Amino acid sequence: MKHLRAHIAVILAITFIAVAPMVLQSFSITLLNYIGVYALAALGLVLLTGCGGLTSFGQAAFVGIGAYTTAWYTAVHGGSPWIGLVLALAFTGLVAAALGAATLRLGGHFLPLSTIAWGIAIFFLFGNIDALGRYSGLSGIPALSLGPLSLAGTTANYFFIWTVLGGVLLLCRNLLDSRQGRAIRSLRGGIAMAESLAIGFFRMRLKVFVIAGLLAGLSGWLYAHLQRYVSPAPFDIRPGIELLLMALVGGAGHISGAVVGAAIVVLLKNILQDVLPPITRYSAQLEVVLFGILFVVLLQKARGGIVPMLRRWLLHSNPEKPGPGAPPLPRRIQPASTGEALLRIEGVTRKFGALVAVNDVSFEVRAHEVLALIGPNGAGKSTLLDLVTGALKPDAGRIVFLGNDVTHLPPRRIAANGLARTFQHVKLRPDMSLLENVLLGTYCRTRASLLAGALRLDRAEEQLGRGEAMRQLDRVGLADRFGELAGNLPLGQQRLLEVARALAADPVLVVLDEPAAGLRRLEKKTLSDLLRALRSEGTTIVLVEHDMEFVMSLVDRIVVMDFGIKLAEGLPAQIRADARVQEAYLGGLA
Amino acid sequence: MTPEIALLLIQDGISTGAIYVLVGLGIVLIFLVTRVIFVPFGDVMGYAALTLAALQMKQMPGTIWLVLTLALMATVMEFYSLLRQGQGRRLPRALALYGLLPLLPALLVFIAAGHELPMWLAIVLACAIILPISPLLYRVAFRPLADASVLVLLIVAVAVHFAISGLALVFFGPEGFRTEPMTRAFFNLGPIGVSGQSILIVASSALISLFLFVFFERTLMGKALRATAVNRIGARLVGIMPSTTGTIAFLLASALAGFSGILIGPVTTLYYDSGFLIGLKAFVGAIIGGLVSYPATAIGALMVGLLESYASFVDSSLKEVFVFGALIPILVWQSIRKGSVEEEIEEEEREGRA
Repeated sequence: MKHLRAHIAVILAITFIAVAPMVLQSFSITLLNYIGVYALAALGLVLLTGCGGLTSFGQAAFVGIGAYTTAWYTAVHGGSPWIGLVLALAFTGLVAAALGAATLRLGGHFLPLSTIAWGIAIFFLFGNIDALGRYSGLSGIPALSLGPLSLAGTTANYFFIWTVLGGVLLLCRNLLDSRQGRAIRSLRGGIAMAESLAIGFFRMRLKVFVIAGLLAGLSGWLYAHLQRYVSPAPFDIRPGIELLLMALVGGAGHISGAVVGAAIVVLLKNILQDVLPPITRYSAQLEVVLFGILFVVLLQKARGGIVPMLRRWLLHSNPEKPGPGAPPLPRRIQPASTGEALLRIEGVTRKFGALVAVNDVSFEVRAHEVLALIGPNGAGKSTLLDLVTGALKPDAGRIVFLGNDVTHLPPRRIAANGLARTFQHVKLRPDMSLLENVLLGTYCRTRASLLAGALRLDRAEEQLGRGEAMRQLDRVGLADRFGELAGNLPLGQQRLLEVARALAADPVLVVLDEPAAGLRRLEKKTLSDLLRALRSEGTTIVLVEHDMEFVMSLVDRIVVMDFGIKLAEGLPAQIRADARVQEAYLGGLA
Repeated sequence: MTPEIALLLIQDGISTGAIYVLVGLGIVLIFLVTRVIFVPFGDVMGYAALTLAALQMKQMPGTIWLVLTLALMATVMEFYSLLRQGQGRRLPRALALYGLLPLLPALLVFIAAGHELPMWLAIVLACAIILPISPLLYRVAFRPLADASVLVLLIVAVAVHFAISGLALVFFGPEGFRTEPMTRAFFNLGPIGVSGQSILIVASSALISLFLFVFFERTLMGKALRATAVNRIGARLVGIMPSTTGTIAFLLASALAGFSGILIGPVTTLYYDSGFLIGLKAFVGAIIGGLVSYPATAIGALMVGLLESYASFVDSSLKEVFVFGALIPILVWQSIRKGSVEEEIEEEEREGRA
């Protein structure tokens, strides 16, 4: 029933777009043309802001680069608009890559700040270059034509723009539902989570930034050939923030938000331009004031935008349950001989200022064992896990994983080598489904590229991945809820979901940071059964845990830490009998 | 370039840079205490200069209407939230703080406008009416979002900039203004001449920076501000209200905006939107300081001033391109210096379930 409603909405929208030229006046069609062009650029911001957690105030500047590139090539040099398109995309992509490379390693607010600055710089640059007609711009841009068919008319343009927009929306929808798209959506969860899943945080940020730039370039190309004239003003900071407004009004997390937002902002501007001039001679400025206020109110009262509200009514169709029959993803070769040293920690030290959090600690983790790392609060356990997984770098010492020195490797490389982890403070994407969260774990086992995802060439691999994810969800007892949002789970089940995600990576070594914290008795039992099963399958496990009953009944060996140093190492029975350990835990038994 | 020209450019660069120092310090101050990247800072500064210009021309500055509107909005919002929390007893205090206190300078300016005022009185009035603007903007636009991410706060800041710079055009019109110089003194120092106004700018900037330093190092309130900057939750636990320190930070920033606007008024012709560009250039300086360090911000702001002065000698029409373009190598340098990507996790927007 709800499924049906969503389909009807899509069909209604497409029908409206198809018949609009027959029922609407030419002026309305012109407005729709601009809505389409702006929606493309706003779509870039939806991907960037809503999915990637980055923001740009300079999107209009990228539209400008696209528009000026094709204008210069076609109007000044008489070239073909189609080659102009290639140039526009190449040039915006290049500029986005260069600017992104410069800023995307820095904290999230440096990017938007610098977009303000370069947005202004580009505006002045356009306005001061003779070849680009300075502030008066370039005119005489030819209309597009498809073979013998000219697209000079409003209606012809209309069909072309909306076909392009429809195609791009479809590509983006496919992309977000693919391996790379999920990786983009994981960026908002922070660098630690992304890198622990073998996702290159910086490279993925760069990719989404370039995609947003390319969409702006495409929008600029359409704009130039629609308007047939370009000048610097439409690519200033002000239109840049209008594009951002479109993305946020519509709902920055949803691709349809770009179209809804563009429509609302363009129509609102149009109404204001009718209403304001008779009242004041500063109508253009008052329009800006009203938009500014609207923006603040929107962010204070409805940060999600309009599309999520509509979606609650339409409800997106539940994903199909992946069949159990899918063949498994190719597995990693697990080390064969039990007892072989899988991970060696050699004299590792890490200081935070004057505090020595981990002090010259050495031990090894052997294949097919479950090793617990225990110790009082502040003993340095979590720091040690961060060092092992590559999230922190040691000040001294060496870490060897599977015979390779990984001391200075970034976390994503260590993860790709077969180390999966969970976090003490659960790191999931609450706005993605359980299935999608676990699918993130398969990132390092799958290969599909951005293009393959957008063109749906990845479906065979995607089937395997979904099958794998379902199997792991089933193991932790969450298979029935695969379509729910991860944010709706209680904390204990979120921990289990994290374990499932780690297992989906087919790891050689699983590192679990307090997996039983917050779990109920039955859930703890599920977890310890699961860990036992994993051990018997040949997976090696390191866990930090405070629940001694859980630890003692499960693990093969224990390493005890206190004040950054290794206090003891041995079998559970030995540790229980160790006087120093008792002292550390109970504060001295004289 | 002859040595004389080089010296002239340096002198010019330092006096513009000194203004950027004040603006940059204000921006970093607000950012550290409230995490708001206060893009409208430059606009507030523009209001200060244009208010002084209006007073000197015996006109009614539109700033009064801005303050009145903001005070009304803030009072209504404060009343609404107090009533919803069932704290009706605190209504009179809210009315006094948000409704009446900001009206005081507005009233004084209203009375004084149109009369021949001595220079000092006009300056005091212009500064006084600027003071409430930033704290009121904080109450109206930012405080309801205190827990939002830096990114959301930044977007709001940009939106606020558009709103108040649009209003500036309505209030002051499209013409440019230059205020009367505070001093016409002129000194010949060897090969170059230095105007008294430049010396005044540099000296005031140094003095105000020193004052800020003493404030942060020696006073309890300054320490409270620093504590909030280091750790908001920790500050709360020792009894510091982040909303109070936030208001104080905005108040201080307003004062800085007022001073810098008054100082720059006589040296440049300012339009309703000039403040924004000046503010952004100070941002470039603040970014050199990584948005965390006051001394590095001051040095960065001076460097921006020097770069701008040199750029306008090379090609004045492209000077903005030079200054903002310089941001790219600065950011690359910072990326290299910091090494890896910084960890930051956005707050979760629980859309659809709130």
